[in-house]
Amino acid sequence: MKLLLILPILIPLTTAAFCLLFWRYRTVQRLLGTLGSAAHLLVALLLLWTVRQDGIFATQVGNWPAPFGITLVADLFSAIMTVLGALMGLTVVIYSLTSMDRDRESSGYYAFFHFLLMGVSGVFLTGDLFNLYVWFEVMLMSSFVLLALGGERHQLEGAIKYVTLNLISSALFLTALGILYGMLGTLNMADLSRQISGGMHAGVVSTLSMLFLVAFGIKSALFPLFFWLPASYHTPPVAVSAIFAGLLTKVGVYTLIRVFSLLFAQDIAYTHSIILVIAGLTMVTGVLGAMAQNEFRRILSFHIISQVGYMVLGLGLFTPLALAGSIFYIMHHIIVKTNLFLVSGVARRLQGSYQLARLGGLYQTAPALTAIFMISAFSLAGIPPLSGFWAKLILVKASLDMTGYIIAATALGVGLLTLFSMAKIWAAAFWGDAPETTVAGEEQPWETFSLSEKIALYLPMILLGALTLTIGLMSEPFFELATRAAEQLLNPAGYIDAVLGGK
Amino acid sequence: MEILAAIVVGGLFGCGVYLLMSRSPVRLIIGLVLLSNAINLLIFVAAGLVRGKAPLIPAGSLRAIEATADPLPQALILTAIVISFGVLAFALVLFSRTFKSTAATSLDEMKTTDT
Repeated sequence: MKLLLILPILIPLTTAAFCLLFWRYRTVQRLLGTLGSAAHLLVALLLLWTVRQDGIFATQVGNWPAPFGITLVADLFSAIMTVLGALMGLTVVIYSLTSMDRDRESSGYYAFFHFLLMGVSGVFLTGDLFNLYVWFEVMLMSSFVLLALGGERHQLEGAIKYVTLNLISSALFLTALGILYGMLGTLNMADLSRQISGGMHAGVVSTLSMLFLVAFGIKSALFPLFFWLPASYHTPPVAVSAIFAGLLTKVGVYTLIRVFSLLFAQDIAYTHSIILVIAGLTMVTGVLGAMAQNEFRRILSFHIISQVGYMVLGLGLFTPLALAGSIFYIMHHIIVKTNLFLVSGVARRLQGSYQLARLGGLYQTAPALTAIFMISAFSLAGIPPLSGFWAKLILVKASLDMTGYIIAATALGVGLLTLFSMAKIWAAAFWGDAPETTVAGEEQPWETFSLSEKIALYLPMILLGALTLTIGLMSEPFFELATRAAEQLLNPAGYIDAVLGGK
Repeated sequence: MEILAAIVVGGLFGCGVYLLMSRSPVRLIIGLVLLSNAINLLIFVAAGLVRGKAPLIPAGSLRAIEATADPLPQALILTAIVISFGVLAFALVLFSRTFKSTAATSLDEMKTTDT
């Protein structure tokens, strides 16, 4: 049982290490990458099952008792996130088997991909603030490499902005962490929570919480700190974009929710009102930015920002229903957003461009792709009965319960504008006339792909599309899971007991 | 001593942020280096400076007899130094590679991927 907490970190690490060992053998790396991801997903599902049955559980690494050693802990929220991370890992790895080019595959793509997954799992499972910083750096370092891998000019330019702003964010995080340690003498999150809720240093703690908000706000692309995202997410190969879009900002949102429910919940009227306002502004600016774009992946990148606003909105309201809405929204969003990026990659394979002006008529030439896009895009916009509708419904209801009419109206308005953006892609790329001349890309043309290669592209998209439909049509078990996770977040006593052993 | 160290930390932060604002890639990198060093010092100062009292527990005793220096911040700083060394080395290579391949001299010329 204790092993179950370490395996989601250990499996990607082992996979990555073996991928590095077989540096010269591309085929072996492809096989290892896929098998490793599958094992990772299995373990993550097992972890979620165990946590759902037996409640929160923790383990002390190296048997140093908490709060002195490093704690790994899984509550429902972290288990859900681990499963989502592993699921995205598996689907994107399968997609990469066809979509990633030979050069990148031979320069360690699979190794860094699994280092990234290791960092993400580490962030979700750690119970120690400094350890969280270390996992963040593991994740960032691999994302830097994945972003720059291949070394094309626009990739390098995007990477510069991404690297610099993320380094500043890490610096702020470390600053806040250092001051927090100086003040309270511990970095174990459960111990910190116990001490902060005791009401010590309330003023300084609120100040520090703002430092954390800025640091994690950069990572989760909140208003006004999101500029690195639209400048970099459309530059790498599409598989890398997809895993970044699905996971990285959501890791930031996870830490925000964790920190502002476990540690900084002592002055909700102040801190969470700020978060609520930021959430509204993030939604609006993201969706307005998307409206001005005419490139498939840039539109999707801006929509990540506006969707992050919805997730943080639930945190700002801080009621059980709102937090459950946030968690449900994250589940829905990670799946849908990754899928949309995967669709954009196939569209580009077919017609050689991401520019909407150069796409058209996919409705006739690729009906399966059109169906998958329709499910994901309409779910993103919140059309019933797809998953996005329920996610938005819960959040809007939670806002209305708190008489937050302005924020509810904002959420609904942004949903409408999202529909506009999706309709724009739909009209230009899928319905509109096919372009007369397709620009031949540098990549391998679609006609030369074998059947198995096409399956590797379509299988992940079909899987994610089916999941979106499942969450939409049978939302009850997913909502129940999110509700229970939110209850655990709002009652940190269970978390603290699991880590500190009920002392 | 702590006040002096705090002033040094503040100065390093100021210089680091100032350099981060500049358009030159070399200054930007130096700014990041200063910032990460400032934070390492900050952790050190925030946890309290204790002189000449090693955290050693005498044989046969279960806890230290008198107040000692806290060893944990030093472990944290050591980790942070290693991480920032790796990250900054990567950033340095990335910047040099970018500016070689684009023949640009200022960050203002790096706007083709912006929106």
